[in-house]
Amino acid sequence: MSDKTLTRMDLAEAIHNEVGLSRNESAAMVEKVLGHISDALVRGETVKISSFGTFSVRDKAARVGRNPKTGEEVPILPRRVLTFRPSHLMKDRVAAGNKD
Amino acid sequence: MIRSELIQKIADESPELTLRDVENIVGTVFDEITGAMAQGDRVELRGFGAFSVKSRDSRTGRNPRTGESVDVDSKHVPFFKTGKLLRDRLNGK
Repeated sequence: MSDKTLTRMDLAEAIHNEVGLSRNESAAMVEKVLGHISDALVRGETVKISSFGTFSVRDKAARVGRNPKTGEEVPILPRRVLTFRPSHLMKDRVAAGNKD
Repeated sequence: MIRSELIQKIADESPELTLRDVENIVGTVFDEITGAMAQGDRVELRGFGAFSVKSRDSRTGRNPRTGESVDVDSKHVPFFKTGKLLRDRLNGK
């Protein structure tokens, strides 16, 4: 594994190279993609991107948690969490690319 | 929301771009993320979340129908962790 980290800047650079938008416009497009996905999820929608994966929002019930250091009981309030389920294509590509 | 609806929303906001351009842009974003993970890299998108690759040890699984045991090889799987800002937004903060 190469241990590199991709950021928004790398995604913008790829758009710049691929589509020919300026770096500024490309960065704005990255924000639009992430912004629309986030907004849909906040509205409670599932976001399904074919050949990439599915983001869905799940409701978690309240439960009693425990501070592992002190053993003290703390209430955990009901909350919404996001889960990502990768597509088969992504799983296959990630598995094939990381063979030991 | 599905991929084509995401593309349409962005196209509606970007009259200077053709639908083909927007398809290309959206496709590039997802391809880059998958491609990075296929090389074992992380993708960190502050406020949204981070994609990384986790390794799974080999194990002895069982065919649930026949009960037969099967060896499952170790493998690498994609993983997503939600960013703090998005997690807070999901909970109305």
